[in-house]
Amino acid sequence: MPNVSSTRCANVHGLSAERPDAGVLVLDELAASDGKTLFEICSLLTIRHGLGLTRQAISQHLGVLESAGLVVTERRGRSKFHFFNPAPLSEITRRWPITERTDS
Amino acid sequence: MRINLTSVYVDDQRAALAFYVEVLGFTKHRDVPLGNDSWLTVVSPESARGPELLLEPAGHPAVKPYRDALVGDGIPLAQFAVDDVEAEYARLTAKGVVFTQPPTDIGAAIIAVFDDTCGNLIQLIAEKPGADGGE
Repeated sequence: MPNVSSTRCANVHGLSAERPDAGVLVLDELAASDGKTLFEICSLLTIRHGLGLTRQAISQHLGVLESAGLVVTERRGRSKFHFFNPAPLSEITRRWPITERTDS
Repeated sequence: MRINLTSVYVDDQRAALAFYVEVLGFTKHRDVPLGNDSWLTVVSPESARGPELLLEPAGHPAVKPYRDALVGDGIPLAQFAVDDVEAEYARLTAKGVVFTQPPTDIGAAIIAVFDDTCGNLIQLIAEKPGADGGE
């Protein structure tokens, strides 16, 4: 029986070796089709990706991604929807262009 | 022991009855005046003697923060079973119903979530044939 609680902690901090980081999976799902509620994100991560994260943990991931500008939220009606925002990524590559590394 | 009644809190009982009967297609079962409100229940025409859904007035002060928090995070308060979620999604969106989650394949079932216009989110589910719903 693997140590579930330590796996969960590792996932929260993106340190899990056997599973992709939950934050990455959140961005994958939002990039695939935008505008999801916390409920939908939680079901997708649990059912499609088998992540045993609590709603609170996923909410924390979303908070980190939102503070980094990679996720933006919008209230439609009475529900809050999350969207992927790639703008900070293009800003990074614009400021620090990716160049081929040459081993010399 | 059987589950014979469950409830959703509704902002306005008459508007809720109109939505649950005319839009969703349930049947009014009981409408018993109780003070300013009614003991108002609907049943599915597919199981007229099955569980009743009570459309309960949302007047208690605890109801609003409870429902606002759930709806804010997109969490449904009740679940109705249908044969075909895609068909219901098409039928209901044509009637102006707003979905917070389109039909989504979750493996053993297809689900979708809509706003019942009375303050709640409702999940539709169609289990796939052979899927074990007994877990």
